[in-house]
Amino acid sequence: MGREADLELRYLELEKKIKRENLRRMWFRFKQSKLSILGLSMVLILFFVAAFAEYVAPYPSHAGLYINFRDAYKPPSLDHLLGTDMYGRDVFSRVIFGFRYAFMMIGLVLSLVVPTGVVLGLIAGYYRGTFIETLIVRLSDIFIALPPLVLALSIASILEPNIFNAMMAVSLMWWPWYVKLTYSMTTSIRNEPFILAAEAQGASTSHIIFKELLPIELGTILTKVTLDAGWVILIGAAISFVGLGAQPPTPDLGTMVSEYSKYLPEYWWMSLGPAMGIILIILSFNLLGDGIRDIFAGE
Amino acid sequence: MRLRKLLQKVVDNFYFKRTTYSIVTLFGLSILIFAIARVLPGDPARLALGPRAPEDVVERYRALLRLNEPIYIQYYYWLVDVFHGKLGVSLVTFRDVATDILEFLPATIELIIFTLIIDVAGAFILGVLSGRKPNSLIDNFVRIFAYAGIAIPAFVWAIILQLVLANWLDLLPAYGRLSLGIEVKRITGLITVDSLLAGNINAFIDGIRHLIIPSLSLAIGCIAQEARILRANLIENINKDYILNLYSHGIPQSIIFFKYALKPSMIPTVTVMTLDMASMLGNAFLVELIFNWPGLSRYGITAMLRKDLNAIVGVVLVIGIAYTLASILIELLVSVLDPRVKHKR
Amino acid sequence: MLLELTNLHVHYKSYWYVFKVLNGVWLRVRRGERVGVIGESGSGKTTLLKSILKILPLNGMIIRGEIKYDGKDILNLGESKLAEIRRREVGMIFQDPMAALNPVFKVKDQLYDILKYKMISEGRNPSKQELYDEALKMLTDVKLPDPERVLNSYPFQLSGGMRQRVMIAMALTSAEKLLLADEPTTNLDVTIQDQILKLIHNLVIQKNLSAILVSHALGMVYQMTDRAYVLYAGDIMEEASTKELFEKPKHPYTQILISSAPRLSSKGISEGIKGKLPDYRNPPAGCRFAPRCPYSMSKCNTIKPEPIELNKEHITCCHLYG
Repeated sequence: MGREADLELRYLELEKKIKRENLRRMWFRFKQSKLSILGLSMVLILFFVAAFAEYVAPYPSHAGLYINFRDAYKPPSLDHLLGTDMYGRDVFSRVIFGFRYAFMMIGLVLSLVVPTGVVLGLIAGYYRGTFIETLIVRLSDIFIALPPLVLALSIASILEPNIFNAMMAVSLMWWPWYVKLTYSMTTSIRNEPFILAAEAQGASTSHIIFKELLPIELGTILTKVTLDAGWVILIGAAISFVGLGAQPPTPDLGTMVSEYSKYLPEYWWMSLGPAMGIILIILSFNLLGDGIRDIFAGE
Repeated sequence: MRLRKLLQKVVDNFYFKRTTYSIVTLFGLSILIFAIARVLPGDPARLALGPRAPEDVVERYRALLRLNEPIYIQYYYWLVDVFHGKLGVSLVTFRDVATDILEFLPATIELIIFTLIIDVAGAFILGVLSGRKPNSLIDNFVRIFAYAGIAIPAFVWAIILQLVLANWLDLLPAYGRLSLGIEVKRITGLITVDSLLAGNINAFIDGIRHLIIPSLSLAIGCIAQEARILRANLIENINKDYILNLYSHGIPQSIIFFKYALKPSMIPTVTVMTLDMASMLGNAFLVELIFNWPGLSRYGITAMLRKDLNAIVGVVLVIGIAYTLASILIELLVSVLDPRVKHKR
Repeated sequence: MLLELTNLHVHYKSYWYVFKVLNGVWLRVRRGERVGVIGESGSGKTTLLKSILKILPLNGMIIRGEIKYDGKDILNLGESKLAEIRRREVGMIFQDPMAALNPVFKVKDQLYDILKYKMISEGRNPSKQELYDEALKMLTDVKLPDPERVLNSYPFQLSGGMRQRVMIAMALTSAEKLLLADEPTTNLDVTIQDQILKLIHNLVIQKNLSAILVSHALGMVYQMTDRAYVLYAGDIMEEASTKELFEKPKHPYTQILISSAPRLSSKGISEGIKGKLPDYRNPPAGCRFAPRCPYSMSKCNTIKPEPIELNKEHITCCHLYG
């Protein structure tokens, strides 16, 4: 008995070591690309800035409703790095708060969409050939039959125009894409020997889905999640831009571009700030996503 | 017996299957759109008429929409109306929605077709140039361009291009489909076609000039993505055994590249065009707004901002059908390029 | 001497690493001679063949060495002269016909182009009809039933055996002097392997070709070749006439290889040797087989063994004989 327990212990230790080794290898692969490192640091910096916006922004009070016509329409200067807007608010400060809204949108949408889509996709793939598969796949195909932005815009237009409802609309249109992704991965590994063996040994459905199938697919899902973080911002900005999302004076990046672009071309700096903010976020997540894809590409 | 075999063959046919599936999906889509219009808003009648409408008017409108009937009956009547081309009356302008859509649709079709032309040409040229010489100057340019294309949203491109090309450099017009004073008699609704039919070259050129900036803003993101995919596939395929085999027979490089490597590399690029088509149709809503383009999408946005339910439903329905048709076409194209698709299963 | 490779070094560059695959390989083929190359999968056999025709993937680079074919220096030959050789003199059968036939073109598209440029280099300008006749003849030569249907098929519509026959037909259009065969039966059913083998054997004899047969199927090499090389991890371990190599193997690797294989059947090398091929990114400094060798000495790990001529026809690279 003692010998067996000893072996078991050694085995666990070995497994831990392999896991550590794997992590080390993944990090090694990730840092091979300077662009991935750039993406990671940019995402971290943006997140930090968003989290501590009150302390980072030079004029935190300018985020929302604030009027000081004396300072209005000022071009970029040392006092106001990105100039001021028509109410005399510091554009730079507003962009910083815009990042906070951006991360909130990413968090809200992805935390709703990813679990729903992934679980449904796993279930559809696991129950291949049954009506459950047909139901889930057809349902997602229906949502995918409309261009995502069109669907999101039309749902948002029915609801009250605010940032929360806009994100609900985005979530409602987004989950099928995760179903599609996990479904296709699951069907391709569904009948692999190790899954069938686990089934034969009487492993429960939830064990197979979450302990056998999910870990294999995690890398691809994580890559998509990172790349999608940028897309959330893109779609969110688009909805806000047409006026169906966040409403002024919310310091949302898309809303700001929409508000300020009316003052183009004379007061170009107003639009420049939030537009650059949007681009920066999308770019960072895309670079990071490419790096994460590299990590799993070799597995 | 032979009839049954023939029937079986038709049912097994790739194109037949694909089309049936699309029709089923379109029916599902109609349910979804119906749900958006009738279920999401809570009380559609109240939403349509506004909070200040008297209760008895709302009640009458409710009866008109058959809102007091069970939901599937409502859907049935709604669908029958849709099949008869009846999309109802705008709740804001009281004009017939179907007529309005026909009025505005051609402008969007023209915009999308022109965008597709720019997109395909741009993606093909950039993809081939960078795929032929990886890590060359042009390849690095395409790489940077690709990141810009992905990170800069179409509506930001629209603003930038409008500002630079129209306002600062004054090269191209900033708004609309035609300059003031130029008129074309409406035949198809496509200005480029109508002006040619009328033999009006000036109007044709003016129409094209108005198309360039909006199309470019819609196309840039797609060009970037497709060019990168084409490049990656070219580089991957050029090292495959089926290419090396041809090299081993001394077949000229240009034939190997442009015939034998390009065709398989184009398959993933064309496949991804379904997604790009979706982003074009979506972004058209913003781009038409920015350029004051009198198309279906701007009509749709106006309707959305006014919560004009009937018009929203009409627009979404038309776009859904158009997008489904486009995806079928793209799949046809893929099946032409890749014979394996048709023979699967 | 028809073909002579000396001190060939080939590296593959990936994004992050350099894979040092061929490590000073030599090889000689006399006119009319059939030469075998045996070794495990992944020991660089395919790389060796592709180097001869200079058709390595873009990341493969010939770092050092010389390839002399028919008195010509392949590595410094002009593109058009090289094309002549590729079109008319040397042909190669690829390992996996599914991978070596373009999946989105019909057989005839690929075969016509191959024939067309061969004929052009012979000074002819073939018409469609001529190409068709010639292609039909090529496919009949490799005993393909219903060659017309095969011409109009895509590769995925053919069976594995048929694809390999198409592959052989293609290779033979170009191989008027030298045929390179890279594991021609590995990806086939056992029943078909023998047929294909006999086909190649007959064609080589009938056309009096020189040939290099690369394989890990020892029986095949024994039956078909006059001389054989043993390749391990990018190094030649031993060279001898086939008979001598199989009967009196000297190098430990060859000994294990031959004793572990089911005697002279056409099956592959069984897993008789413990361990794995070395990591090409960081290969052993001395003998590349040393980490797996039962007779390994300390100098095996540091000094690369030089070729030792045991007799006129038998060379081995091993410190045991030095």
